[in-house]
Amino acid sequence: MGYYVVEQPKGPQAPAATVLSVVDLHKSYHDTVAVDGVSFHVGRNEIVGLLGPNGAGKTTIINMLLGVLEPTAGTIRIEGMDIAAQRCRTLERTNFAAVYAPLPGNLTVYQNLRIFSLIYAVDDFSRRIDEVLRQFDLERLRNTRCGVLSSGEQTRAGLAKAMLNQPHLLLLDEPTASLDPASARDIRDRIREFAAREDTGILWTSHNMVEVEKVCDRVLFLSHGKILLEGNPKTLPGEHGKQTLEDLFIAVAREPLTLGGNET
Amino acid sequence: MICRHRVAAIVLRQFYLIRGSIARTLPLVVWVAVDIILWGFITKYLNAVTSPGFNFVPVLLGAVLFWDFFTRVMHGVTTAFLEDVWSRNFLNLFATPLTISEYLTGLVLTSIVTSSIGLIVMLVLATAVFGLSFFAFGLILVPFLLVLFLFGIALGITAAGIVLRFGPASEWFIWPIPALLSPFAAVFYPLATLPNWMQYVSYTLPPSSSSPASSSPASTATPSAPAC
Repeated sequence: MGYYVVEQPKGPQAPAATVLSVVDLHKSYHDTVAVDGVSFHVGRNEIVGLLGPNGAGKTTIINMLLGVLEPTAGTIRIEGMDIAAQRCRTLERTNFAAVYAPLPGNLTVYQNLRIFSLIYAVDDFSRRIDEVLRQFDLERLRNTRCGVLSSGEQTRAGLAKAMLNQPHLLLLDEPTASLDPASARDIRDRIREFAAREDTGILWTSHNMVEVEKVCDRVLFLSHGKILLEGNPKTLPGEHGKQTLEDLFIAVAREPLTLGGNET
Repeated sequence: MICRHRVAAIVLRQFYLIRGSIARTLPLVVWVAVDIILWGFITKYLNAVTSPGFNFVPVLLGAVLFWDFFTRVMHGVTTAFLEDVWSRNFLNLFATPLTISEYLTGLVLTSIVTSSIGLIVMLVLATAVFGLSFFAFGLILVPFLLVLFLFGIALGITAAGIVLRFGPASEWFIWPIPALLSPFAAVFYPLATLPNWMQYVSYTLPPSSSSPASSSPASTATPSAPAC
């Protein structure tokens, strides 16, 4: 069985409607290479899945996109602006949600949203906070400390924060990891609605391949810091002789060297 | 460029935290009040048992007040910073347009407010209960308070750097910093009291060069001379 290696774009060749453009991104810690020459783009109103086994480099990439980790090499452009040169401007219209970064538990949902509305300079913050509270069914928890919320409620509060500034680029690191199937479906629908309504590009990591197939327009398979495969999640497994996206994921996780060495 | 609204966000977060918790409100006033009461009575006792003419109130109680102010300034920055360490909030904060300068400015403003509350409580107690005349120190008070304030801010930021570099457990290194510096600072006694090697260390510390104790008549270490 042969696989192809995705040709990595080396220059600014992403489509005009691109919200995120990553070119030849590297991150090393001494001798350990965490991200090894990754290039990809995310378009407006597009949901791109960043998939890969634990330790593949997904969270490292997200941290570099958020400007909290400095790349060893490579460029990241958000709406055409280089994050290294214009950090503040690029992050004004970017946001993220991740299970490992919950809102501080010692403040209420409203207090946290009020603080982030100031940081992002949200116009008419009162109306916007009411909107996101309503969107994520958090109105009754408005004055509840985040630390006493259930994990599902905390996830919703984190997503409310992530959408507060109506970002053009939204980074979601396993956004439904702690949700029951009904809540997860509900959240997926709301995120898709948001992406369509706000013309937002979304980079979504998940280990739930069923979810990825339902939500993502395109997926990138990452292993050992490199993108091995890229394509439509509905057709990609068949193109590579696999029944499901999960089968393909397992193949990528178990045989990354084989995948990388057999170009078709 | 520093954006005011982002600085305001950092101050607002600290305001919400302090307002919503008696465990954060009380320490702003209780420890400084306890210190002033304890040292106030010690100075009264010393005044009673030593030869008349030397007043320990401005020398000793004034020094306690100054040093507590410095400690509160430093802890004001450190505690506000540690709130974000304890709640693991750095990723949320620094994945935004917030810059390090804006964050530090927010911490410093928070510290100005919290240390001012402590200073007011100390002044009221020291003046009303023990008769300390704060203004008797004269104009030297202004630069000295400024030096203590800046030194407190600088040490607070250094302490935050230590925690960032060595991890959250290193907070136990930073709480005792004021106590470790106090023998060298020459705030409680004139610089000349110290042995030579300690004086060399003292000269490197900003408070010792502008301390009222080191420049007051008490620096001659003659107990009969009033400190101010």
